[in-house]
Amino acid sequence: MSILPYVVSGWLFIIGLYGIVTSRNFVHLVMCLAVLQSSTYVLLLSVGYRVGGGPPVFASVPVGTPAVDPLVQALVLTDIVVEATVVALLLSLAIRIHKNTESVEPDKIVELRG
Amino acid sequence: MTITARRWLFGVCGAALFTIFILAVRELPQFGHYRGPYGDVLNRETVYERHVTDVVSAVNFDWRGIDTLGEESILFLSVVGTIVLLRTGDEEVQGKDNEDAGPNADIPLPSDATRVAALGLVGPLVVFGLYIVTHGHLSPGGGFQGGVVLATAPLLVYVAGALKTFKRIANHQFVEIMEALGIGGFLGIGFLGMARGAYLRNALPLGTTGHLFSGGTIFLLNVSTGAAVAAGMLSVMYAFLEHTIEVRLRSKA
Repeated sequence: MSILPYVVSGWLFIIGLYGIVTSRNFVHLVMCLAVLQSSTYVLLLSVGYRVGGGPPVFASVPVGTPAVDPLVQALVLTDIVVEATVVALLLSLAIRIHKNTESVEPDKIVELRG
Repeated sequence: MTITARRWLFGVCGAALFTIFILAVRELPQFGHYRGPYGDVLNRETVYERHVTDVVSAVNFDWRGIDTLGEESILFLSVVGTIVLLRTGDEEVQGKDNEDAGPNADIPLPSDATRVAALGLVGPLVVFGLYIVTHGHLSPGGGFQGGVVLATAPLLVYVAGALKTFKRIANHQFVEIMEALGIGGFLGIGFLGMARGAYLRNALPLGTTGHLFSGGTIFLLNVSTGAAVAAGMLSVMYAFLEHTIEVRLRSKA
């Protein structure tokens, strides 16, 4: 059964989404978003993997050595950078919300505003 | 909506989504049997065409350099947004407090072992970070990875309990200049490519494969990205730490 890595990726997405839907704390919610986003790393890397393929770096091996797809690895790098910065931004939003409303519970915030 | 109703709704929708996802990935090539042509073309041509040995860096900083420019803009905007959001507004009062009491006056210094280990690692980490940044086109690494390593060096100073020194490093004008030079450098190097017909095209001599100064603009873009990422990460960490310390001060007062 060689679709297992894809299944893991789907599972990470679902479990992250579950955390976001039922979250009662903004910090927890942001961490769930990070879990959700990590599913894309697993998916991208497993799509580009090749049995017996080495890293796409030809410093010590000649060109033509079987290697995995470098394109998806570059995409994952972009993905990680964007995730890290977005998490930082969202966490600072959580701090700001806590300062203004004395609460970090998403449902409570809605009630206060309503 | 109550939490129970929400769980039920998610249970149904999540199960449906997961089922559809599984049905979809069953049609993908089996894991480990990569088929797509792009990766193979890149692996075959990059070393000859660009004289660099790390194909991932070549994708990021040459073949798809324009995407990395977008990525850097996201990084920059997030950093600016974080700093703006965490700014407290009444800085004058806080600044006075900091000088008087010392924000960590009631917190014991870390143990000698921690301080020696942390301070001893600062030098090697700076060297390691610079190595990762400058060798991004030869071996795995590059501006993003090396920049983060570089930003952790001042953080170790903080771990060692030298808060004032950390503040002096992180709040220094040098960090802002580095951030500006990093982003501006990327944009400026892109214009070099205009001489050869397109923005961000590799316009410099490619050099000898495997040498430090090779790969044309890839090396320069790595360095400018490294500067931007290191400065950006440091600014974000400083903003968070500063905020924590202020909150601690306020709760003490």
